[in-house]
Amino acid sequence: MTAPLIIFFVLAALAVGGALSLIFQKHPIHSALSLIVVMVALAGLYLLLGAEFVAAVQIIVYGGAIMVLFVFVIMLLNAGIEEHTNFSKLAGFPGLLLAFALTGFIAATIARSTDTVQAASQPGNMASTRDLSTMIFKDFVYPFELTSFLILVAVLGAIVLAQREKA
Amino acid sequence: MFPRTDDLLRALPELIWCGFGMLAMLLQPFVRSRHFFTGLALVGAVGGTGAAFVAGATPGEGFYGLIESDVFSFFFRLLVGLVAVLVVLAADSYLERENLPFAEFYALLLFATAGMGVLASARELLTAFIGLELSSISSYILAGFRRDSTKSSEASLKYFLLGSFATAFFLYGIALVYGATGTTNLGRMDDADPGSNLLKLGLSLILIGIGFKVAAAPFQIWTPDVYEGAPTPVTALFSAGPKAAAFALLLRIFASVPAATHFWFWAFWVLAALTMFAGNLGALLQTNVKRLLAYSSIAHAGYILVAFAAVTFMANDLNGGATPAYAAVLFYLLSYALVKIGAFTIVSEIGGWGEKNLTLDDYAGLAQRQPVAAAALSLYLLSLLGLPVTAGFFGKFYIFKAAVNSHLIWLAVLMAINSIIGAYYYLRVIVVMYMREGSAEAMAAAPVRFPVAVNVVLAVTAIGTVYFGLFPNQVLNFILQPNLIAH
Repeated sequence: MTAPLIIFFVLAALAVGGALSLIFQKHPIHSALSLIVVMVALAGLYLLLGAEFVAAVQIIVYGGAIMVLFVFVIMLLNAGIEEHTNFSKLAGFPGLLLAFALTGFIAATIARSTDTVQAASQPGNMASTRDLSTMIFKDFVYPFELTSFLILVAVLGAIVLAQREKA
Repeated sequence: MFPRTDDLLRALPELIWCGFGMLAMLLQPFVRSRHFFTGLALVGAVGGTGAAFVAGATPGEGFYGLIESDVFSFFFRLLVGLVAVLVVLAADSYLERENLPFAEFYALLLFATAGMGVLASARELLTAFIGLELSSISSYILAGFRRDSTKSSEASLKYFLLGSFATAFFLYGIALVYGATGTTNLGRMDDADPGSNLLKLGLSLILIGIGFKVAAAPFQIWTPDVYEGAPTPVTALFSAGPKAAAFALLLRIFASVPAATHFWFWAFWVLAALTMFAGNLGALLQTNVKRLLAYSSIAHAGYILVAFAAVTFMANDLNGGATPAYAAVLFYLLSYALVKIGAFTIVSEIGGWGEKNLTLDDYAGLAQRQPVAAAALSLYLLSLLGLPVTAGFFGKFYIFKAAVNSHLIWLAVLMAINSIIGAYYYLRVIVVMYMREGSAEAMAAAPVRFPVAVNVVLAVTAIGTVYFGLFPNQVLNFILQPNLIAH
């Protein structure tokens, strides 16, 4: 086992463990803290792939800004421990079973696939910040600009759904 | 770096829709007039639709192969643009009646339309994903637009949670397809290895994501609740626009990725059969007209999926054997959009303040109280049923023919059985309107006066339904081109 492989497994285990904890924690703050673990582990995985810029952005934007917002919102809403109805507990069983079935199916398919991963044969174009910016602002400028409309819609939606009732 | 002029022209409809959406947002604090914003939205919707002609006149790929301006995207841009225009007209009086913020409504509607336009023209999966999200997120918000109604909020939340879940599948599918082929550009997947497990897995996850958006069984559970809870003009939009756009993406994937086409045959067979039965059997039990139409829209997604099964089956045929099946899908989506918008507009007007009159009992005696509305609704229902002289007949006929030509006899039989089940509940509504006496209270009440804009919607949809029912060839000759989808 090579060193990168070992690091990969450690980070992957952290990410999956953090994600599971995120779902199973009862208190929203604990869930939010678990999310940080996921974000940081993902940043580590990006580093491992040689995408330094994406890793840094992941930490700054997700680990920093977005997490602070999450924690603030949870505190402002004073969200307590989540409640479970009998029905939601009951629904958990088939849900868990199906989740295992799907994960098992995807894992088995990927494990059995003998074909080479094509995307891995072109590592160069995501590596440096320069290449990445060429890609975002030249090749993919159209979806990039559309993303700003996507965010605009989200902001508009938040205002529409949360604004105070007119007198 | 500024994009080339041709690139901008090829994306002009979306740019105009987005631009007018922003304009509505910017002017909202300064202008209080509802008529002004309705006019603005109308100009934007019509302008974008008109720009589809400009985009159509500059064929070719734009933005480094991310979008494609061909006959196919031209058709779907016209379709979603027409849907947007009709929904603006239908929503005008509704927004006033329910006292809802109009500028925000129109902005979201235009952004959603732009998203659908992107979906119709995208030739690259990430661009398609952004388009899908643009239309979906606007839809989630529009579904919850009546904030004082718990049903509307429930619809919004349900749609949002389930929709995000489906989006995750779609995105994971894209990641796996990228892993298998090394590109997200559909135009460069020609030589993808059809035997690759990774590719198959990715394609099936993409199918799940799109299956949710078009309300195919078993991903249809959200449809009745969301359609019932959403403001009725929004329901009209949901049943016509996003569905057509999602089907457009699915067709584009077929045309570009040969590996997808064969692999999906049985998936479509099963999806089509399940969806038809889920929709039609569910509709039998409904007494709420809005829910009934929601189930009927699931059923119709099933009929369209029959054509998809036919497309996948004929993909081996090198002589363009799949072309009639493609054309069947396009024609069906057009006829279906006209009818559903017309029907939901009537439901919206009859519903009255707070959407109170939605049950079948409220439609009793409608023929005496409001003969024109009853006649129009009957026409729409007969088109949904697939009676001759309506566009719905030819829609169903072409799909049926495509299925039979592909030797999918069993699927064609299932489709016929489902059409018969459908006849029961469509005719039941007509019988209630014409044969049953309304309650004394309802008969005494003054008939609902339809505003001019609503009458325009009804006229356009009714005339369109009859016109395409008599002269389907005008559309078909346009669709039946060998270079419908650019390769």
